[in-house]
Amino acid sequence: MSSKFFENPVIKWVEYRMPVFTFLDHSLGSSYPTPKNLNYWWNFGSLAGLVLVIMIVSGIVLAMNYTPHVDYAFESVERIMRDVNYGWLIRYIHMNGGSAFFICVYIHLFRGMYFGSYKEPRELLWILGVFILLAMMATAFMGYVLPWGQMSFWGATVITNLFSAIPFVGDSIVTLLWGGFSVDNPTLNRFFALHYLLPFVIVGLVVFHIWALHMHRSNNPLGVDVKGPEDMIPFHPYYTVKDLFGMGVFMVLFMFFVFYAPNFFGEPDNYIKANPMVTPPHIVPEWYFLPYYAILRAFTTDFFLFQIVSLGGFLMDAKLAGVLAMFASILLLLLLPWLDRSKVRSNRFRPINLWFFWIFFIDCIFLGYIGGKPAEGSFIIMGQIATTYYFAHIVILIPLISILERPKPIPESISSAVTSAGH
Amino acid sequence: MSDTANPAAGVSDEEEKSRRDFLIVATSVVGGLGTALAVWPFVHSMNPAKDTLAMSTTEVDLEPIEEGQSITVTWQGKPVFVRNRTADEIEVARSVKTADMIDPESDEDRVQKDEWLIMVGVCTHLGCIPLGQKASEPKGDYNGWFCPCHGSHYDTSGRIRKGPAPKNLPVPAYQFLDDTTVKIG
Ligand code: HEM
Ligand code: FES
Repeated sequence: MSSKFFENPVIKWVEYRMPVFTFLDHSLGSSYPTPKNLNYWWNFGSLAGLVLVIMIVSGIVLAMNYTPHVDYAFESVERIMRDVNYGWLIRYIHMNGGSAFFICVYIHLFRGMYFGSYKEPRELLWILGVFILLAMMATAFMGYVLPWGQMSFWGATVITNLFSAIPFVGDSIVTLLWGGFSVDNPTLNRFFALHYLLPFVIVGLVVFHIWALHMHRSNNPLGVDVKGPEDMIPFHPYYTVKDLFGMGVFMVLFMFFVFYAPNFFGEPDNYIKANPMVTPPHIVPEWYFLPYYAILRAFTTDFFLFQIVSLGGFLMDAKLAGVLAMFASILLLLLLPWLDRSKVRSNRFRPINLWFFWIFFIDCIFLGYIGGKPAEGSFIIMGQIATTYYFAHIVILIPLISILERPKPIPESISSAVTSAGH
Repeated sequence: MSDTANPAAGVSDEEEKSRRDFLIVATSVVGGLGTALAVWPFVHSMNPAKDTLAMSTTEVDLEPIEEGQSITVTWQGKPVFVRNRTADEIEVARSVKTADMIDPESDEDRVQKDEWLIMVGVCTHLGCIPLGQKASEPKGDYNGWFCPCHGSHYDTSGRIRKGPAPKNLPVPAYQFLDDTTVKIG
């Protein structure tokens, strides 16, 4: 923002009492210096922020026409689709927005892994990101229950039943979650209340996430620290424009799905009203939960990893092990900054780790594929192999490679890398 | 410290300090305990309410259920399987060794009358409803029930024999009011 802006009397009046504009200028204005070499992978944070706003706006409007009662929920959503003016548009935006949110955040997360953004001094930033992911998962899970279709109901049943695996208190916890003896009206009511609340908790977490970001600023594709002003450019106008451009491209893609393939990410069974007496033959969660679902189901009594972690079934049964593994698959990410002992951030200078990064990435996609298949025959074995690799990568390969690997020479600074490359 | 002490009242620094310490400890204890106690009503409000709890019972007329047939009734929002077992099924359920089952339990302990198997039809894995109530549905490797969600096989006594479920299908409290009526709950 120009100094002329700050001479405006109204701005001056406000600034004297509360320096909001200075604050904004230092947060995403011309007074916020940013590494000059950020590429398009750095767009996905602001895109996730955009989707969060879209979700809150569309959600609040949906809530004005939605009825959280087992007898009316399904019908009220159908009414939104048929009778409410533009209800179909708002619901499709909200439905596909959930998927878009996870796409942005997953890209954002793998970006962080690829360029080592989780490393010192950005550990807290990374940890807050994992918390945001967990809160998003809870929000999306409860949101999916609201339309009260078959998948809503049975997804809720299966996921809440996960907690029954906890020794001794498991059943009491499940009853507490349900507010009854099965997923029923009390459950739907509280899920609606929490689904309304949690997005605002996410907003709060995002504020902390950005606070931590602004402490040491963005990492960059080279992963080297900025050495001085020659390595940086002001956020505004350079990155405000780049972020806005990214948002434009994103909106085109997003609205393509909303208008032309609104049910692409969805499950047809969820257009059948919930029936507590009939389980659909093939229950699948939303696509963004499939990898975790595959990990959950991989744990059967004869899975060797189960035999190891449970000391041959002595410590726990396969159900509990599967539940623990599913949560561990995310919680282990919290330890990444310490599991990876390499001082080099960017995989551009880590020839061996680079390969394993991509294998891990493919493993995650493959787990997603398995999670969508019925748990039978060779899918079980493949899911168990992919699950084993997932944990082996995080717990064994990352630390091992980070100790053994010899990184390529790292550029002195962002500027020197650019000049020596002959640009 | 000294400027908050009260020399007029003859209170020394030392006394003042211990008095302050006492106040801090007392306030923390009362405040902490109070907050902890206040959490309970909020948590407990999420547990089943009185009307939900009012243990609903369900009466079932067994007359129309022929041998080899099953019906599903609703009890507390959950399906209950009522099966009139064939002599064959009873025979198989009783002749197997229970020792190497996942959840060993004898068939005799699971029924009041040999032919009437009554149990909650909710898979003990993650709560799906097993198939096998209708003749057309798959009954699994043990000719009882099969849960399609993650592949659990139950036998003709509703005992888990294969798959991820840890427990047998639970038997609810029930009572025969007469020869053809049973009250569940
Ligand atoms: C973190 C942001 C959010 C996410 C990830 C999210 C996710 C979801 C998902 C996946 C659904 C199911 C869509 C369907 O299949 O119909 C849903 C439904 C719903 N959400 Fe959200 N939501 C978010 C924010 C909000 C907010 C702030 C509100 C405001 C009250 C809201 C209100 C609703 C309502 C009323 C429904 C039921 C109507 C319907 O199913 O379309 N959501 N949400
Ligand atoms: S719920 Fe029945 S096997 Fe998982």
